[in-house]
Amino acid sequence: MRAARRLAKGEAYQRLTSLLKPAVIAVIVVVALLVPQFTDRRDTLNLLFLVYLYVTMAQSWNILAGYAGQINLGHAAFFGVGAWTTRGLWTDEDVPFMVAFLMGGLVAMAFAIVFGIITFRLRGVYFAIGTLALAEAMRLTVANLLPNIEALPGPTIARYELEPRYYLALGLALFAAATVLLLPRLRISLGVLAVREDEAAAEASGVNPLLHKLFALALSSFFAGLAGGTFAFYHVSYYPSFTFSSVWTFDAVLATFIGGIGTVAGPIVGGVFFIFVRERLAVSLVEVHQIIFGTLFILVVLILPGGLVEAWSRLRRLATRVIR
Amino acid sequence: MNLEPVIQNLVFGLFVGGLYGIAAVGLSLVFGVQKVLNVAHGSLIMLGGYATFWLFTWYGIDPFLSILLTGPLLFAFGMALYLGMFQFITRLGEEERIKNSLLISFGLTLVLENVAIRLWTADERAVTTSYAGDGITIEGIAFPYTRVASLIVAAIGVFVLHTFLTRTFAGKAIRATSEDWEAASLMGINVQRTYVVAFALGTAMAGMAGALVSVSYLVAPSIGLAWTLKALVVVVLAGMGSILGAFAAGILLGLVEALSIYVVGASYREVVGLLLFVLVLLVRPQGLFGRH
Repeated sequence: MRAARRLAKGEAYQRLTSLLKPAVIAVIVVVALLVPQFTDRRDTLNLLFLVYLYVTMAQSWNILAGYAGQINLGHAAFFGVGAWTTRGLWTDEDVPFMVAFLMGGLVAMAFAIVFGIITFRLRGVYFAIGTLALAEAMRLTVANLLPNIEALPGPTIARYELEPRYYLALGLALFAAATVLLLPRLRISLGVLAVREDEAAAEASGVNPLLHKLFALALSSFFAGLAGGTFAFYHVSYYPSFTFSSVWTFDAVLATFIGGIGTVAGPIVGGVFFIFVRERLAVSLVEVHQIIFGTLFILVVLILPGGLVEAWSRLRRLATRVIR
Repeated sequence: MNLEPVIQNLVFGLFVGGLYGIAAVGLSLVFGVQKVLNVAHGSLIMLGGYATFWLFTWYGIDPFLSILLTGPLLFAFGMALYLGMFQFITRLGEEERIKNSLLISFGLTLVLENVAIRLWTADERAVTTSYAGDGITIEGIAFPYTRVASLIVAAIGVFVLHTFLTRTFAGKAIRATSEDWEAASLMGINVQRTYVVAFALGTAMAGMAGALVSVSYLVAPSIGLAWTLKALVVVVLAGMGSILGAFAAGILLGLVEALSIYVVGASYREVVGLLLFVLVLLVRPQGLFGRH
């Protein structure tokens, strides 16, 4: 009798917790959607814009690193290609922004497929350093070809509003998260995971590793390109070579690992954590945030491979054990 | 066509290549022995550069002499790094170990770079000795003393390291461990201690490279990534773990970069090195001087 009651109680508890998660997500999304209606403070909107941009970059890097197991250190190149395409089409060719934005993602994807066909001949760590070298070569080339600062034309600046930028970044972050959430339902995702676990075994069972890695890379670069387009929409003026800077790769790597690689929540938690800690410390101590992230990153790799997400679930398990 | 500028350019390529070589041997040693890819190597070079700069500025110690101090200093720092961080991944399998060493040394790069900014600001520093501008001119080709001395010191450093690895018991223990650590440990070699020594030696070589770099280049906290990339390019050209090969490949890269300005222009010199690197990775992953 008591056992049955405990069972029923457990069932009710489980039903409650299974509802809790979607409810919390819904509340967060609604609050994020309503922020510009409640506040005009530019600093708040700018901060949240950065959070969404970083969440998207982390999420996109995670698609290739977390699900296909490929450490791509050239991710910044896709961000740069996306920014360059979108900005060029939008301001120089007068293409409607949303079309230019979409083209940014698609061109980055096309570029990534060529990039991938070359670099996927490399395995493991050689892939990592090869992609880093290629991206650096791209950055240096762009710095040579486009040395001048890229500024929005006067009439566009006059019409500049923060709100659409905010919603674009938020929409993109949600789109990326939803894609990664639904990804496991696709058949091809199983192949991608198989390649991550054991490339030779995957190949032996009829999975083409190159095609599956290219699929993950294409998806990853599509979102990185769109993030670049968002950046080009948001920033009034910047040096084109800055969008190719390895900072975009490294920050995405840090946010993903600190949050928790290979999960949907990890890059979100990591991106939020990264920007909030950085902006909090930037006021007084510019460099200190990098020392903290560097140390945290080392600790995550050595001790806690699941990042903050795993730390949280461990804490929660510990807490429930104590309470019961 | 007047050949003089071309030869002058090649001579400078040789000097620069010597620096690339000495920057790469430490990285190559550590990777060859324990399959640890330390991408913080450039940041260790940066630390060596700062040590030289401060010894020169505070005590007036000549940058070439200060190697005798920066070397041991970085050796001790390398021991601390290995015992505090890298030893925890040496028990992993080879592939996991390389991947995790890349990751934790990437974190280390961030920490070292930003600690350096915090301590010494982001300003660029230069070591300007009293003989900095002097040199000899043979047949119209200039040989600045600092550059010639750097090349000679680098060559001596590599030669000493090579002799240590081939002629001493400790060096042979390191080589045995790099070939097969299980067999080495069965022969009574203390593998963990060998790893500590090899890692610290690699760090000391970075300190030496930093001293030589500081004489010809600017030293700033942010130079780490650029030197890591250079060292990686050289190590991949040479084949991982080959010491003399790394020095030769460094000089080769210096000469290729010097020649490339006639083909693609001076502003693309760096790009040539990086593309060459990717090309070698694709075509000959074991490197030009590698065996397997």
